[in-house]
Order: sequence, then structure tokens, then C-alpha cells
Amino acid sequence: MSTPGAHGLDAHLVVDRGTFRLDLRLQVAPGETVALLGPNGAGKTTALRALAGLEDLSEGHIALDGVVLDGVVPDSAVPDGALPDRPRGGARWVPPEHRRIGVVFQDYLLFPHLNAVENIAFGPRRRGLGRAEARALAAEWLDRVGLGDFGKRRPGQLSGGQAQRVALARALATDPALLLLDEPLAALDARTRLDTRVELHRHLAGLAGPAVLVTHDPVDALMLADRLVVVEDGRAVQEGDGESVTARPRTDYIARLVGLNLYRGTASGRTVRLASGEVLATAEALEGDSFAAFPPSAVALFRTEPDGSPRNTWRAVVAGVHRHGDHLRVQLDGPIRATADVTPAAAAQLGLEPGQEVWAAVKAAEIRAYPA
Amino acid sequence: MPAKRNRQRRRVPAALLVPAAAGLAFLILPLAGLLARAPWTELPARLAEPAMLDALRLSLVTASLATALSLLFGVPIAWLLARGDFPGRSLLRALVTVPLVLPPVVGGVALLLVFGRSGIVGTWLHERFDVTIPFSTTAVVLAMTFVSMPFLVVSVEGALRGADVRFEEAAATLGAGRWTVFTHVTLPMIAPGVLAGAVLCWARALGEFGATITFAGNFPGRTQTMPLAVYLALQSDLEAAIVLSLILLAVSVAVLASLRERWTAVA
Amino acid sequence: MRTRPALALTAVLALAALTACGSGGEGDDAEESTLTVLAAASLTEAFTEIGERFEAEHDGVAVEFSFAASSDLAAQITEGAPADVFASADQKNMDKVVEAGAAEDPRPFALNQLVIAVPEGNPAGVAGLADLAGLDFAACAAEVPCGAAAQTAIDASGTALTPVTFEADVKSTLQKLTLGEVDAALVYRTDAIAAQDEVDAVEFPESAEAVNTYPITALADAAAPDLAAEFTEYVLGDDAWAVLETAGFQRP
Repeated sequence: MSTPGAHGLDAHLVVDRGTFRLDLRLQVAPGETVALLGPNGAGKTTALRALAGLEDLSEGHIALDGVVLDGVVPDSAVPDGALPDRPRGGARWVPPEHRRIGVVFQDYLLFPHLNAVENIAFGPRRRGLGRAEARALAAEWLDRVGLGDFGKRRPGQLSGGQAQRVALARALATDPALLLLDEPLAALDARTRLDTRVELHRHLAGLAGPAVLVTHDPVDALMLADRLVVVEDGRAVQEGDGESVTARPRTDYIARLVGLNLYRGTASGRTVRLASGEVLATAEALEGDSFAAFPPSAVALFRTEPDGSPRNTWRAVVAGVHRHGDHLRVQLDGPIRATADVTPAAAAQLGLEPGQEVWAAVKAAEIRAYPA
Repeated sequence: MPAKRNRQRRRVPAALLVPAAAGLAFLILPLAGLLARAPWTELPARLAEPAMLDALRLSLVTASLATALSLLFGVPIAWLLARGDFPGRSLLRALVTVPLVLPPVVGGVALLLVFGRSGIVGTWLHERFDVTIPFSTTAVVLAMTFVSMPFLVVSVEGALRGADVRFEEAAATLGAGRWTVFTHVTLPMIAPGVLAGAVLCWARALGEFGATITFAGNFPGRTQTMPLAVYLALQSDLEAAIVLSLILLAVSVAVLASLRERWTAVA
Repeated sequence: MRTRPALALTAVLALAALTACGSGGEGDDAEESTLTVLAAASLTEAFTEIGERFEAEHDGVAVEFSFAASSDLAAQITEGAPADVFASADQKNMDKVVEAGAAEDPRPFALNQLVIAVPEGNPAGVAGLADLAGLDFAACAAEVPCGAAAQTAIDASGTALTPVTFEADVKSTLQKLTLGEVDAALVYRTDAIAAQDEVDAVEFPESAEAVNTYPITALADAAAPDLAAEFTEYVLGDDAWAVLETAGFQRP
């Protein structure tokens, strides 16, 4: 039926909306979960909707397990599709109801006029199961998400976490070839979120097919996904596993998300010259266009110029101070804009307040440099 | 103290209460006038009149048929107006509401021009099937449908516009085709709007006079609905007309109230 | 908060002003006196012309007509609507007004008789009531004068004719014929003559059993009693008769 190596999702999503253009290549292997991580308006949800068939592609293609769902693909790459397709301007387009793609929507979109069991049974019924069989399957899924006793409840009578589980069960009950999750945990409070995330992870890990998760929360992305694709302004700006992305951010957005100070410049040996002209001494030797990054905890603040050789030091002005966990986060203006974390005791000793001049110092060993 | 503050907050603002009270008085006083003038002693005798019962039964049956027809054709029209994407949609919307502004008598004449013996459709029906619509119960139902369907279309279109299409998308991802989405998701979700429209439509059909008497004429037992009977009674006997009106009112209020009860019990 | 009651007040005042204009406009002019005549709808054409002739003969007099069903007019008069003269299409509604004490001594000024109106050229060859058997024909409902007359005439003919529709008034009865929905209509001769471009009138003997008398009277509460009496006399006179005869009425 399908060519070897064609398993999983292969997509090139292009959606042109005049002022906004999404252009994203995405490959997800069976059993793999990929998180699309990015700020609001980056095009993550548009990408998900295009995959589900709810948004038209301007260009590109979507192929799932070797079957083209949307777009023009060379004939050789198109196996005999088992799914019905509709020619559209010479292209193939499979409507959402024939894609076998399960979607967990951001606010779940459980049908308000159906109870939990009926919501879950909706998909299996459409896929041809009888009423009794569909209900039995739905009840089984409810049990699996730990809500066996809640079948008769309407969506309005479910808590946020319960509704999320029902939505997941509803998407999975159709035995989808691809699972899409749009901000699955965003609507939950912190406590519920923790529990639900663990359970969601369990279900994703047990999934045979590919899964794509959209989120703007790096913790969700890191904990639920095997691989991250950072999307900004319609494009993938960075891709990789959690560790590489967090350790070596390539955009300010990621740097902020993972709490790093990030700069771009030209490396030469163990130094990186920034666009502003400042030079940072780094641990690794590198040549050419590079990033340099260090965490706020690596920044030490002094009233007077500190001594000590392996340090980068510069004069800075305190722009703002606010609480961040059990320490204080200080925004620094100056030749190198940075954030620094200091203990409350140190802050008191320094008498930090906006407008004050300080010396900032970072050990070269704390600065990571990597090619841009 | 807190209880008192609560009550204060819940009090209706005078700027709303005064016009509301005045408006209600305006709506209710004429009804009170009818009640005051009604010859109550005559009521039992009137209720037993077979002619009155015929008219009442005809009214209820035809108004219900008109509502059914309006649902059958009006809901798809509303869907087209709310979801369709085609040129001239706003013009079409304006056209659909024409029967609302058209004097019903003119509507009746218009229907005659189309479905009458020498009308475009009427001629064809007559020659082809030997069917004549004017002066028949069918004509009553058509006249009622013509004037009352816009009420249903407007209500349902509003409900459709207010409905969240994302639920329909969710249904599509679960394997539901467009028709199944409509019957299993859209329709149940806009059911309150459809019901409100159907009630308006039924009430309008029940009170329909002008188009009916023009298009269907007046023949007891066949086309004489309650409003026609009331109007003719008014020509000779004001009190009889009042009694008939009150019977029509009482029956319609009873039907609507029981419907509402049943509906809220289900929902 | 101040503007809203002000707005409401403005609306009420505007409404009051409109009402005032409607009722009092002409009353301000002392030179002109107005006569308000309530007349049966079937008198519309004839009385409009009679009114013009009357005005031409009486300087400074304006005749205003309100044409409607006699029963509606009678109800208006007994409920106290201000008017000077009432001309009814039947005796029954005039009697109601007299019984209510709103008028006395009504006098008949015209007769009207039913005819069978048929499409121009009389395609069905209708010559009398008996020919209506097998045809679709319209008549007035028994509740209104023309319907009562039709029933009397049918009864007198000894046939068991039933119209396909009992219309609320004679104009809509005739309209069903002109729209082609019926083959014949029992209407007053005056109505058939008014529509003679489209219909022919077939006289039939039984209509003599149901002659309709049109009575006229000055009303007790007339604002201009002398003028009301003068107009009533004028309608009974020869000048007005010429107009009524042309319209198809017969002399009592």
C-alpha cells in the first residue's frame, strides 16, 4: 500500500494570508511527538488547522503514512491512496472527515448537547460503528482516562481537567493515524495542569502514530514532546530535542523562555565581538557568526569595578528589579543589556534601585558560544 | 448589611423600569379592554358552536402545517444566509424579509398572481394536475407560510450566526460529513433559536388574516380560520367577535405555555 | 441622566403636537366650515362627486368624507366619533345608530340591487342565477349587507347554490372575479358598473327580493347641524340623483 520509509507525517505547510505567511516543513515519525513552540500569532495553530484540513494550503503538501492528504505531489510519490480524495485544481485534497486525524482543541470543544460518553462515541459512530458498540468503546475510553463514573455528565458539569481528558479520549477513540493537540493544557489551573500533564504524557508515550502538539509553554513542550520545533512569525527558527534547544537558543524568544541572556556576534578564538562593539570572552573557541549565551545567575553585580582575570565586566544601569522565585531579577541597561539574578541579601547590600549604576561581571567559563 | 446591599444591586434601574412598565401597560391594556367587554355569560354557548370549533381546529391545523413548512424550507434558507458565501447574499436576505413589511393583503394578491387560476404556477398546476389552490385549505397554509416564514428565517439565521463554527470543525475531524455535522451538531446547538423562531412563526400564522382572506377566501370549515371568523363577526356582532378572539388567545397561550414547559423539561 | 427624560418628554410633546394638528387644523379658520360625512364604502365614487358639487354651490364649505364599511362607521358613531352626516349602505346599521340615540329620522336616498358580475363578454353565457350551478362564484359573507342580500336572492331562486368563498366585503368579492379566480361574483350593480371595463353585469329577477336601501341622516351631535341638514337635503335632491343614477343606484 505505502512505500517503505513513508510512515509518519511529512508536510510542507504554506498558508499565505497577505500580511502573514506560514511556511513550515514538518516530519514526524510514528510514535514521535513533536511540539510546535512559539509565541502567540506565530502560526502554530494555523499549522495544526492546515494538517487537520480546516485550513487550505496555499502551497506545499501533507502526506500521512505515504498518502497525500493535500497538495500537489509528484505522481511517483503518490501510492494508491486508500482514502477517498477530491481533485481540486489538479491537486489532491482529502476533507477533514476522511483524514483520520484526531484533534484535541484548545478549549476542547466538547459538544454541549451530548454527555461525556456520547461525545466520545461521536467519532466511532461516524466511522461506522453501531450505537451500542460505539458506546461500549466510549465507556472503555472513559475508564482509560480515569473518568468511568462521569459518562452521563454534560460538558458543563465537568471540571477543566475532566473536560480535557474527555477531549483526549474523544480524539483517541477514533484510532487516529495522527494526533494533533492545540494548547492542550493552557486552559487549566496550575495544580490540575501538573496532574493532567503527567497523564497526557502517558497517553502520548503509548501512541503508535505521530503526534503534533502546539504550545507556547516551554515546560509543556519539554515534558510532552520528543522534539521541539520553534515557530516564530510563520517559520521554524530552531529545531531539536529539548536539551539542545534550551542550551543553545537561537532567538530572543527562546532565550527568554528558557531564561538565558542571548547575543549574536562574530567569534574569533575565545572571544565574541557583539554588534554593539563589546567583546565577550567565552569558554569555547569558535570562528565566525555565533551566538553567545549565559544565564542570569551567572551575572554578578558590584558597586565598584571588580578585580579578577577571567571575567567579562561592564558598567550597567539598573532598569528594573522584580521578584523571581526566591531571588530578585535585575534588568540591566548599558552596552550589554542583560538580566541578572541576585539574592535578596545581595540586593539589600548593593541597595539596588532603578537608575543606579553598577558593575556587572560574568566569568568566561559561564558563557556558552555556538555557531549561528 | 450584606443582604441589603445585595438587594440594592439587584434593583432594576429606574431608567429601564419606567419605560418597561409603560410599554407593558400599552401591550396589556387593550387585552384588558377586551376582557372587560367580553360577554362571559355567552361564552359556554359560543364554545359549543360547531362553526366556532371548525374555525378553531382549522386555525390550529393550518398554523401548525405552516410552521412545519417554514421549518422545512426556512432552516435551509437561514443556513444559506448565515453560512453561504455567494454574491447577492445581502440582497437575498432583504428579499426574504419582504413579507414582513408587505401588507398581508398585498401578499395575498401576489400569491393569487402566482398560484391563482390564471397565475404562472397556478395555470400549470390546473392544466397538468387539475389542481386549483385558491379557496382551498392548501391556500390557507400557503398564505400563512408566506407571511410567517420570515420570522423563522430571521431567528434561525441569528442563532446560526451566534453558533460557534469550531464545534462543527471538531465534528468534521471526528469523521462527520457536512450533512451529519448539520443534523448532529449544528441543529442541536441552535435548537433554542429554532424553537423561538418556530413559536414566532406559529403565532404569526395563527393570527394571519389579510393574506389568507385574499388568497384563500372565506369558506367555513375549509378556509375560514379564527381571525377570519372574528373579522366577519365584527361586521355584525362586536361581542361575538370578542368572545372568538379570547378563545383564540386562550388556546394559543395554552399551547405555547405547554410547549415551553415540555421544552424546558427536556433541556 | 438629564438628557434621557428630556428625550422622552420631547417624544411625548411631538406626539401631542401631531395629534393636535390632525384634529384642529381647519377649525382655526373661521371663514371655512367643514362638514364631516361618514359614508358606506360603496358610495365612494358617487359621494365624492356629490361633495364637489355641494362645495361648488356653497362658498366656504369643505366636505370631508370617511368611507368605510357601514358596520365600522356605525360602531364609530355609537362610540362617539365626531361627525355630521351618516350615509349607510343598509337599514340595519342605520337602525343601530338611531337606537343609540345618535340620530333620528333617517331617509332613504338610493336603492342598490345585486347583479351577477361576469368577465367581459360573459364567456360562460350566464343569464341568471340557475346558470351559476357548476361555476365557481364569489359572494359576500352573510355578516355583511351584500352577503345577506345574496343569501336572500339565492333562497328566493329555490336553488342550492354555494359560492366558493364568502368575502368580507363587496370590493374583494369583485376583486376575485377581476383576478380571474372565479367565474362570477354576486355584487351590487353599482360595483359592477364601476368596474365595467373589466366585467359585465347580468341582471336577475331574484335580486328584487333583496333590494338594499341606503338611508342618510344628520347626526345628533353634528358640529354644524344646519349644514348637515342642508347636505342631507342635497343628497335627496335631483342634482345628487343624477350622479347616483350614473353610478347605478335606483331611486327609492
